[in-house]
Amino acid sequence: MTASDASTSHGHPPKIPRTKDELLRLYRQMLRIRRFEELAARAYTQGKISGFLHLYIGQEAIAVATKEVMEPGDRVVTTYRDHGFALALGSDPKACMAELFGKKTGLVGGKGGSMHFFDRKVGLWGGYAIVGGHVPVAAGHAFASKYLGDGAVTFCFMGEGALPIGATHEGFLLAGLWKLPVVFVIENNQYAMGTPLARTSPVDDLTVRGPVYRFVTDRLVVRDVFEVREHLARAARRAREQSQPCLLELVTYRFRGHSMSDPAKYRTKEEVERWKAQDPVHRHERELMEDFGVTEEALEALDDEVVAEMQAAVDFADASPLPDPEERFQHMYVEDPSAHPELGPFDRTDIPALTVRSFDPKG
Amino acid sequence: MAILQIREALRAALDEEMARDPRVFLMGEEVGHYDGAYKVSQGLLAKYGEMRVVDTPICEAGFAGVGIGAAMAGLRPVVEFMTFNFSLVAFDQLINNAAKLHHLSNGQFTLPIVFRGPNGAAHMLSSTHSQAFDALLSHPPGFKVVSIATPYDAKGLLKSAIRDPNPVVFFESEVMYGVKGEVPDEEYLIPIGQADVKRPGSDVTVITWGQGLPVALRAAELCAEDGIDCEVVDVRTLRPLDEKTIFDSVRKTHRAVVVAHEWPTCGFSGHIATRIQEEILDELDAPVLRETYEDVNMPYAENLEKLVIPSAERAREAILRVAYHRI
Ligand SMILES: Cc1ncc(C[n+]2csc(CCOP(=O)(O)OP(=O)(O)O)c2C)c(N)n1
Ligand SMILES: [Mg+2]
Repeated sequence: MTASDASTSHGHPPKIPRTKDELLRLYRQMLRIRRFEELAARAYTQGKISGFLHLYIGQEAIAVATKEVMEPGDRVVTTYRDHGFALALGSDPKACMAELFGKKTGLVGGKGGSMHFFDRKVGLWGGYAIVGGHVPVAAGHAFASKYLGDGAVTFCFMGEGALPIGATHEGFLLAGLWKLPVVFVIENNQYAMGTPLARTSPVDDLTVRGPVYRFVTDRLVVRDVFEVREHLARAARRAREQSQPCLLELVTYRFRGHSMSDPAKYRTKEEVERWKAQDPVHRHERELMEDFGVTEEALEALDDEVVAEMQAAVDFADASPLPDPEERFQHMYVEDPSAHPELGPFDRTDIPALTVRSFDPKG
Repeated sequence: MAILQIREALRAALDEEMARDPRVFLMGEEVGHYDGAYKVSQGLLAKYGEMRVVDTPICEAGFAGVGIGAAMAGLRPVVEFMTFNFSLVAFDQLINNAAKLHHLSNGQFTLPIVFRGPNGAAHMLSSTHSQAFDALLSHPPGFKVVSIATPYDAKGLLKSAIRDPNPVVFFESEVMYGVKGEVPDEEYLIPIGQADVKRPGSDVTVITWGQGLPVALRAAELCAEDGIDCEVVDVRTLRPLDEKTIFDSVRKTHRAVVVAHEWPTCGFSGHIATRIQEEILDELDAPVLRETYEDVNMPYAENLEKLVIPSAERAREAILRVAYHRI
């Protein structure tokens, strides 16, 4: 990545054809995440949100592209930096904001906060706050897909900071060994809290870890949401059609600190500016104006709409009631199995065979 | 009525539940081709195939997590730890995921999963292979915790654990797989959360579970020679604990001793003693005493190991003390 990339009008001449409507639609989705988080950051400084708040600003193209390649039944498992996926997948911003506010109307009733979003109906199978701990779980979802033959793909996102920990590799191993339909995506935003990749990884290209698990690997610098979509789609197809696990490294950048309490003094202004110059949101904005003739007024109107939607989410969260005291005990254990369809009867007998490598003891 | 070993009773439970519900599968190290490290799963691979009797590499965090993810997606995994000593490397999966996710997702996901395997001291395996996690895994809310000591309880409780919609930790014992006992031919379930009076008595309540049971029963026999009539309560489930059966017994005897194959500091035995004094202090005629491991890492040498684990003789002394009986 060099500054000369920014020499053309919007930095990175588009390689993938797109229509104005499509670009507008994806741009809007990215903007929704950004505006949601800007308002959340403001609410945080006002003391309306507490705990840890990790913003996704700068990385929005990844979540938006993921939604584009998902089919019904597909799952996303991600980290604590999870607001972007919720919004991209279709969670109600009101419920998301209310969760940040610790309200009864939140996505998980005020039990999880920013780091633990779950929204099953849109395919968000979890925001997980222990680094790497969700990787085997995602492999388990994919194992169930293989067992049940449901054709679903599990997309598992992690920061590059998840590469050193054992759980990640154990999840990778089992996915590779059993050829599970899963796409692992490393969102390499180049820092784990204040630690740059160079201080924790002997190599810069993280996909070199893939082949030992028999993964198909791929690597891309995130500049253009359509490019991200294309690479994700290819991986998803392999997972869905051939049950081929894939490892995709997406090189990206977070524009804010690790969390709200981090002023990000460990990076230079120049570095941040260099990445901001190729911020996908701004690049697509310029592209809309320069290549598709969208006027500044039209973009401002779009922005106003998005801000109004997210401000309504803040107002909703503000006005929502706190959880009832007795709700803290609710769902510690399953109280009523009949409320959970997955616990009901199951009469299929067509369980397929597991692909295991054959071993002939006679050699 | 058949006479089965505990391992056979566990196998029968697995077999019946796998036949009954195709979502049930067994996963762990050596469970398939090797027929199980302790032969619990013998023959199941041949019957159910590799998708349902899944041999794993040695990666407890990996396969515990896969079990959790599979349970969330509608399957009913039984995850075998070769022993619970090795579950330590999967503790993040157990405690941060299995025990949390139903509550954390506000009920959106259920985790009908069983983590089972031997717990507690084996024989001459030293400190890394002879540890009891009864208290450790009962401590965080979220699990149900079962500990079995007879073939009858093993089968009835494992079937209930597999059918339970919640994550269940199911403790067995390496040194008790060969213990024999009667198991009915017809199907039966034992509800999780029900203690069982293994020996009725009137003078002292001896509360125990798992590997503690044979020690407690032997101590009761010894005390009978002293003229003390012990009631032995096998709690069978640590979480949720059947306090009513414990309290009813103590209301009758006014004396209690806990015999537990676990360390004394912050142990489950201490929890039981606390609950008794919190709820029915007035019923007690003596402090609640405990016979547990000594507060030390398990040594290898046979004579030292014998000193560390609970003994019927020391349990007898504790029983006689709460009965204010001259030793
Ligand atoms: C096992 C574990 N150790 C430490 C932490 C504290 N922690 C939270 S996020 C983080 C950095 C992770 O960085 P990365 O994986 O690159 O994700 P990013 O925050 O950049 O999205 C750390 C150390 C944790 N949550 N889990
Ligand atoms: Mg990072």
